[in-house]
Amino acid sequence: MDGLHDLGGRQGFGAIQYQFGGPVYHSQWSARVHALSSLARKLHIFNMDEYRHAIERMAPRHYIGASYYERVLTGTATLCVEKGLVSASELERLAGGEFPMALALGPGRLNRSLPRHFEIGDVLRVRSEHVAGHVRIPGYVLGKTGVVVGRSPPSPFPDASAHAMEAPAEPTCQVRFAASELWPGDYESADVYVDLFESYLEPV
Amino acid sequence: MTIPHPLEQVDHADHPLNRRQKALEHIFERKGLIPSNYFEEFHRRATEDWTPDNGAHVVARAWNDPAFRSRLFADGISAIAELGYTMPEHQRNLIALEDTSTVHNVIVCTLCSCTAFTLLGVAPAWYKDLEYRARIVRQARTVLREMGTDLPQTVDIRVWDTTADTRYMVIPNRPEWTKGWSEEDLARIVTKESMIGVARLDGIGGSGAVSTDVSAMPHKE
Repeated sequence: MDGLHDLGGRQGFGAIQYQFGGPVYHSQWSARVHALSSLARKLHIFNMDEYRHAIERMAPRHYIGASYYERVLTGTATLCVEKGLVSASELERLAGGEFPMALALGPGRLNRSLPRHFEIGDVLRVRSEHVAGHVRIPGYVLGKTGVVVGRSPPSPFPDASAHAMEAPAEPTCQVRFAASELWPGDYESADVYVDLFESYLEPV
Repeated sequence: MTIPHPLEQVDHADHPLNRRQKALEHIFERKGLIPSNYFEEFHRRATEDWTPDNGAHVVARAWNDPAFRSRLFADGISAIAELGYTMPEHQRNLIALEDTSTVHNVIVCTLCSCTAFTLLGVAPAWYKDLEYRARIVRQARTVLREMGTDLPQTVDIRVWDTTADTRYMVIPNRPEWTKGWSEEDLARIVTKESMIGVARLDGIGGSGAVSTDVSAMPHKE
């Protein structure tokens, strides 16, 4: 889903408001939201991929104006409703007002069956395919060519895992892209490394 | 007109976010899902256990012990385990990124906000903001300059986007003026920002003195 969360390389953003050595939490509610979302995952109410996707499913108007911990709260609450722990109306009653949820879950997809694993040094292209559900391909590498520089052990395939489908584990490859390949015409020189599941890749 | 930053949302009891958080907590409480002292214990872990001191320890050891440094670059998770550090189970690989006088590494998660939090500490607010996530991959040199590190053109930039469950930490280039320092003293100058890669410690780009009070450091030659 190439929603608003897929921010890498988008133009028009201004200065970063940063503070070095700032506090871990800026409010008490955010500390408790962090703890609750962590507890819900530990209790297997939802998994990490479902959690990330629930945040991605927030309405863009809500997502862009929310702080990080408001996004965590919305994603966690949405999944608690979808998993039957509580109803949205009960949460609104308890909150004494609106409790906006993320938008509905769409279809997921399974791993691709690949004839072989990719190796360090392989030149690969990111499959140029658009996915309705959860996907961990940042839009800026779709259809782009890069070189594998490293490999990581298998993890559950997020495009399936986020949709409560069986998600066989699959290795990821760290792929190096030149900024000139990613944004020809308007880029600053750099190498950009993206960690991609093998199902996302094809030989050139 | 200035649009207020979301972090400026006030922290009073009647704020809608506070009430929503309480509502969700109430559900967990009512179902008996919250262990005793859970919030206090989680807060302690987040603020006292998962701190950049852990990553700083790893960096200092890598600076002083070449054999450890090799093991760290070969297999990050095994190397940090030697020092007693772990990562959550779903984070299956730790890649240490080596800065040199001509290479600068910087970390981001453009899709959400993933980090090696047990080593670097819980990600700072700016790391999770839209601006950093959008810009650092495409305008790294400009963003680093805006954040206080003006890298010369002789330094190549490598940006690492944390799009899966591999985690990264930057091993900053060791400042020359720390020759002969103990591991403990070295660890004190390593900052969270330097391990994310938005600051350097070696003075290249002029950021060495911004995040580190060098005058307070013991100098042991």
